[in-house]
Parts: sequence; C-alpha cells; structure tokens
Amino acid sequence: MTTTVTVKDFRNDVRPNWCPGCGDFSVQASIQRALASLGKQPHEVAVISGIGCSGRISGYINTYGFHGVHGRALPAAQGLKLANRDLTVIAAGGDGDGFGIGLNHFMHSVRRNMDITYIVMDNHIYGLTKGQHSPTSAHGFTAKTAPAGNIENAVVPAQIALGADIGFLAQGFSSDVNQLVSLIEQAIQYKGFALVNVFSPCVTYNKVNTYDFFRENIVNLDKVDGYDPTSRMEAMKTVIETQGLCTGLIYRDDHRQDYEDQIPGYQTTPIAQQDLQLNPEIFAETLKEFA
Amino acid sequence: MLEQLSWKVGGQQGEGVESTGETFAVALNRRGYYVYSFRQFSSRIKGGHSNDKVRVSLKQYRTSTDYTDVLLAFDQDTIDLEAGEVRTNGIVIADEKFNPTAPDHVRLFAVPLTSIAEECGSAIMKNMVSLGASAAVLGLPIETFTEVAEERFHRKGQKVVDQNTEAIRRGYEFIKEAGGADPSFALKSADGTHRLFMMGNDALALGALAAGARVMPAYPITPASDVMEYLIKKFPKVGGVVVQTEDEIAAMNMTIGAAYGGARAFTATSGPGLALMMEAIGLAGMTETPAVIIDTQRGGPSTGLPTKQEQSDLFAGMFGTHGEIPKIVLFPATPEECFYSMGEAFNLADHYQCPVIVLTDLQLSLSKQTTEPFELEKVIIDRGSIATPDMLAKERPDHGEEFKRYLLTETGISPRAFPGTQGGIHKVTGVEHSENGRPNEAVLNRTNMMDKRLHKLEGVELAGSLVRTGDNNPQVAILGMGANIGAIDEACERLREDGITAAHVHLHTLLPFPVQTLQQSLADAERVVVVENNATGQLRHLMSHFGVEHPQVSSFLKYDGSAFLPIEIHHFVKGMF
Repeated sequence: MTTTVTVKDFRNDVRPNWCPGCGDFSVQASIQRALASLGKQPHEVAVISGIGCSGRISGYINTYGFHGVHGRALPAAQGLKLANRDLTVIAAGGDGDGFGIGLNHFMHSVRRNMDITYIVMDNHIYGLTKGQHSPTSAHGFTAKTAPAGNIENAVVPAQIALGADIGFLAQGFSSDVNQLVSLIEQAIQYKGFALVNVFSPCVTYNKVNTYDFFRENIVNLDKVDGYDPTSRMEAMKTVIETQGLCTGLIYRDDHRQDYEDQIPGYQTTPIAQQDLQLNPEIFAETLKEFA
Repeated sequence: MLEQLSWKVGGQQGEGVESTGETFAVALNRRGYYVYSFRQFSSRIKGGHSNDKVRVSLKQYRTSTDYTDVLLAFDQDTIDLEAGEVRTNGIVIADEKFNPTAPDHVRLFAVPLTSIAEECGSAIMKNMVSLGASAAVLGLPIETFTEVAEERFHRKGQKVVDQNTEAIRRGYEFIKEAGGADPSFALKSADGTHRLFMMGNDALALGALAAGARVMPAYPITPASDVMEYLIKKFPKVGGVVVQTEDEIAAMNMTIGAAYGGARAFTATSGPGLALMMEAIGLAGMTETPAVIIDTQRGGPSTGLPTKQEQSDLFAGMFGTHGEIPKIVLFPATPEECFYSMGEAFNLADHYQCPVIVLTDLQLSLSKQTTEPFELEKVIIDRGSIATPDMLAKERPDHGEEFKRYLLTETGISPRAFPGTQGGIHKVTGVEHSENGRPNEAVLNRTNMMDKRLHKLEGVELAGSLVRTGDNNPQVAILGMGANIGAIDEACERLREDGITAAHVHLHTLLPFPVQTLQQSLADAERVVVVENNATGQLRHLMSHFGVEHPQVSSFLKYDGSAFLPIEIHHFVKGMF
C-alpha cells in the first residue's frame, strides 16, 4: 500500500492532444498537484468529463476516468458519487459543455448539492469544432458562427452559479497555477457541490480572450483587502461589477448539508460495496401491502 | 350462479371513481376471486369522464370483458358513454341525485347514494353506499366490503369505521328492498386463496428491489411514475436512492454513472423519455456499462396519447441510438413476468455489459390484477465478470500499466473494475478505444472493438424468449406481446369453441430476436396472425427483418388507444376461415 503520494502518481504516459500553450495544461497540472497535496490515492479518485478539447482531461490524469457524452458530465458524476460516496469525484469540461448544452444539468447540480467538484475550462470559444462562438463569448465577439459579431449576450457562469445558490464558487486563471491549486484543493475538501471556473485561454481560435486579456481585466480577490467570501451579497455585487472577470474564492457557505447526508436511509458503506441480497423479512413485509 | 362477471364504475375524474374501483377489486381479490381491473382516464386531474372496469372470475383472465354486467354511474355521462356495453338486462346503479335515465336494454336502479352518504356523515361516503349496493346485486356477503372498510379506516377511529360500515349496509339494504338482488347476477363463491393484487408497475418496482437495484434516477412520466414513487418509499429500508432528475437525459446519464460506479442502477420512462435517452443508451453500449431502462409504452408519437394503450416503441427500443451497439430488449406480459424480468434484466446487463430495455405497455403497467405471490429465492443475483481487489492484487502486483477494461476475449466479455478498486485504474470513453480504454481510432482496433461488442450477443437466443400454448398443428397461431396475452388467450378459447384449432405464441424477448425458436413455434400452423397495438405492424416487420418465414401471415392492428377486446381478435380470426 502506497502511503505517500506525489504529483507523479497522478501522471500517465498520455500526451494531451491540446495545442501548445493551451490553458488546459495548467488546469491538468493543478488538479494533479491538488490531489497529491491532499494525499489522495489515485484509485480513490474519478474524473468524469464531457466532450470538447477540455473534455479529454479525464484521459490525462492517472485516476479512474470516464469520458461521456457532450454536456452530461455532471449527471454521470452524480450517479457515480451515489454508487460510491467514498470516491473523490471531479467533473470537468469546457464552457460549451457546461454552460451551453449542459447548462440545465449545471443549475440542477447546484441545487442538488452533491459532494462533487466541477472544474470548467472556460475559453469563451468552441475549440474542438474549430472556432464557433460559445455561451460565454461576449456580445459582439466574432467567430465562424458569428461572422458579423455575436448578437447574443454571454452567460456569466459565476452569476448563474450564485443565482442558483451555489455553496462553493471559485474562479481561477491558467496563468496563476498556485492560486488554482489552492482553489481546487478547497473545492475538493468542500462538502457539497463546488464549482471552479477557470479562465483557460484557447491560443488557436480565440484571439480576443487571450492570456493578456485576462491578465489585464481580471480582478484577483485574493488581493482585495477585506473581501468577505462568506457574503453572498458581496459575492454577487463583485461578480456583477467585474462582469464575472474575477478570480479567487468568490463565495463559500459552510452551513449546509450535502445531498448524500439527506438521503433517507442512505448508508455510510458505499452502495457499490453493499450486499445486494434483499432481506426476506423486508420482502415478505413488502408483499403484504399487495394482499 | 355466475363464474365471472364484469363491473364498472364511472364518473368525473377526481370524484372517487378510482378509490371505489380499488376497494371493490381488493375486496374480491381477498375472497379468492381472480380480479382484473383496467382504468380509463385522461391526462387531467379533475373533470372528464373516467372509469374503472373490474372483471371478477373463478379462473384467471388477463384482460377485461367485451361487455359489462353491472355499471355503477356517478353521473349521467357515465350512463350515456358506457351503458351501450352493458349487456341486455344488465344492471345500472346510478345516483338518484341526478335523475338518471338509461337505455331500455338495461335495468336501472336509482339509489340515493349521495343522500344516504350524507345521512351517514359525509357525501364522500357515496362510494361506500355504492359498494354496498353492488354487494347486494352480486349476492356477495356484506362483509366482503365492511371488512376492507374497517381495515382502511381503523386508524381514523371507531366513529369513522362505523359511519362507513353503515353506509355500506344502507346501500346493500336499499337494493334488497328495491328487488335488485337478482339470483342470476349472483357470483359463485371463491375458495378464499390468498394472492396478491397489483399492477405491472408495482411488480417492476418489486423486481428491481429484489434484484439489488439501489440507484434509480428518473423523471416523472405517465405511465411510468409509479415505479419511482414506490421505490422512493422502499429504498430507505435498503440504503438505496431514487433521484428525481431534471430530465430524462440526466436520468440516463446518472444511471450510467452509477452503474459504472458498481451499483445496480436503472431508470423508468415512457416513449418521450426514451427518445431523450437515446444518445446515452449508445454511451452505455459503447462503454459496455450495464444499464436497465424500463419503457412503459403509451400512445405515440410525440405526446401522443399519454394515458392510452399502445405498443409502438419496439423499433425505438431495439434499434434506437446512433451507430451500432449490443442491446437486449425484454417484453413481459404479466405482473409475475414483470417481477422476474427485472431480475433477469439486471443479470443480463451485468453479464453482457450492455443496456437492457424492459418494455411494457400501458395496459400491463397500470391494470391491476390478481398475481401469484413472488418468490424471492427465485431471484438470483449474478454480477457477471468483475475484477475484485483480491484478483487485481494477485494478477497485477506491480500496478505498472492500466487495467485492460476492454480486454479482447473469446466471448467479447471482459472483467469490470469498479472505481475505487486498487490496481484497477483504467479509462472509459465513448470515443472508440483500445483495450485499456484510451481513445484509439486505428483501423484494426476499430474493427476488433466493434466485433468485440457486437459479438457478445451474436447467435444468442435467451431462454424463455417466447411461450406457446394451445393446439398442435393449429389452423391458426396468434402471435402477440405484452398485455395482449389475455385477449389472445380468450380469443383462442372461443375459436376452439367454433371448431377452429388455435395456438397462442407470446413473445417475451425482442432482442436478441429468437429467430430459430419463433420459426419453429410457427411452423406447424396453417396461418399466423400477428396481433399488436400499433399502426405499422412493427412485430410483423421484425419477423421479415430477422428472416422468420411463414407462407400465410396476417396482421391485426389496433392503434386507437384502447386495449384489444377478446371479441375483436376472435371475430378477425374467425373471419379468415
């Protein structure tokens, strides 16, 4: 039995098919560092991802990995958590996956509040399909499917998350790995649904929301004196004022129960490890209702 | 004395039609009669005509009768709509309150149901008055209903019990005094055997519980919701969980996530939900994740006829999802089969590591019928090929490379390692993948992996894929599925009375399609009639598709939303000779 784990334990020999310079490399490294620093064993972790460039991340980390269909990483991750509550479950994907096709599941995952972590690599563009605008692309943004400029307004993930009353909300930036590692650690340790939305630039298709763009426009809440991440009002105000372009721990509420702890009769032993044989007495009692 | 009769209660939806029918049926089931109860309702909560038809008999019939002996009407609409099927000299019991009128061929008894109920304490007890009146007409001891009332109301105190038994007694006496206790309507007494009374949906839920299902994500839909509603009450006793998801897409993906995690997981839906699940069903096939999906078929397409009978999801269930995957599709016909089919479905899903769809139809899912008690010992839980921690520690001591979740084997089946197992780390992806689950688009790998998945069910015919009953070398073999079992059986009986020999072939497994078995079971028949509740003859098409041949095949189709009556099948087949 391995007792100490290092970042190396979370690496495998797969070379990501991301473009050189892609922000997702930092996200991958940050997840690996966070898991090692929390002392997780690789087999105790599962990464569940959706479809898109970033969705490939479950294949690049040495843990259990599940790469499902587009937009549905969260339902699959929640199912896995229900089957085995001892696992550390991380759902991951891009902004299209999470806030376009999968937005419905995001809202309801927040509401349901299972103890899982959701990491979104938000690059404001569809990369794998080669450059269409995404739900987080700004109004006026030009893309293959918005040649005259996007006439839809952007989804602001942090605002939606707070609107749905999320219990843990953080945003990171691929250029600030130390902050990102810390945020992912906190998110994993948080008992409930935690979102870490990461500004993770696409160097190939998004020439607007570049590393420089984020560097110039992001407000780092770690450096804002007196910012109180336990105030939902302050969090919402900050997100609106920064148009969502803020990083750090935005909001955290440690006074709520997660979903699993509220399921009537749900046991501490994971379902996957339980004896499935039904107790004949329970069965006999049950049949009486139909007599 | 009658060996069987048909009783029907009708009124506005929401005025106690369902509870009156339920009490009547439960009471007679307890006396040892066979009971079959089918409710007609519309997709609204209050208002609109609804009725519950209950067949009571000394031998088992699995469908309603063609006619009604006794009609209990809470409003004039019920008489106007339903008296036509009351047999000549049949009895109509109606509430005096609305000054009922009835056609000449029936005998009308206007009973002050509401006023008696009010005198007993409350107008809502009119259902009890009407049950008392029914007992008198049918020559049943009054205790048939008072005992059930006592049991049902004892928690509310003796006063409520007394009021209700009094209501039953007053209804009973009113009919006696009015001369409605006609011996020609009296039922022979039953032997008092204790059996269960339930709908197909209850049996599906119990089957899942017994089979070890512990995670059920689902989205409410008629006629499937009972399954989740029942299990959400039961699961706390066994540590299971029902999640009411945001939609069927989430339900299916969550089911897959839980199954991947090592739970026995399933969902239940109807046609519209099945359509939403299709992409994820492909994911289950591609990733070889066991998942059980119940589709309680209703009238389609689109919203279609949400509360009506149909069997039109055969193609969707069997062939739905893009690309090609292995899949198993079962179609039980009775509550007993619903119960045991769930155990079978989970074992098949675990063994073949593929999605298993359990089809029912609305009539099977919702009609309540007398059911033989289920035997838990007959439900064997077999999880299939699993790489346990011990095996992994022994066989893979160095943990060097990833576990080969998709190891190419002769059977195409490879061991699963559940997340959390040391030494079992591997990848799962809906992208074409290699043995360790990593994306791999190489030509040879693609062919190998497609062959691996599809080979699992190649040439397989599952035991019990169909049941044949009736005559050898028959003039006609009637082929059917699901709830039509009762109407076909009865049609066969009547054909024999007409001197036409008949066999009934009932199909229980649609995939893998039992080509050989079906071919053999039809071979000795002069003619084959395929009976199904859809407009295009899907089962008939499946025979051609899979190469089941017979020189004389006809289709008898019904897609108006109503269930087949025995008389319809009888007349159709008789007309061919």
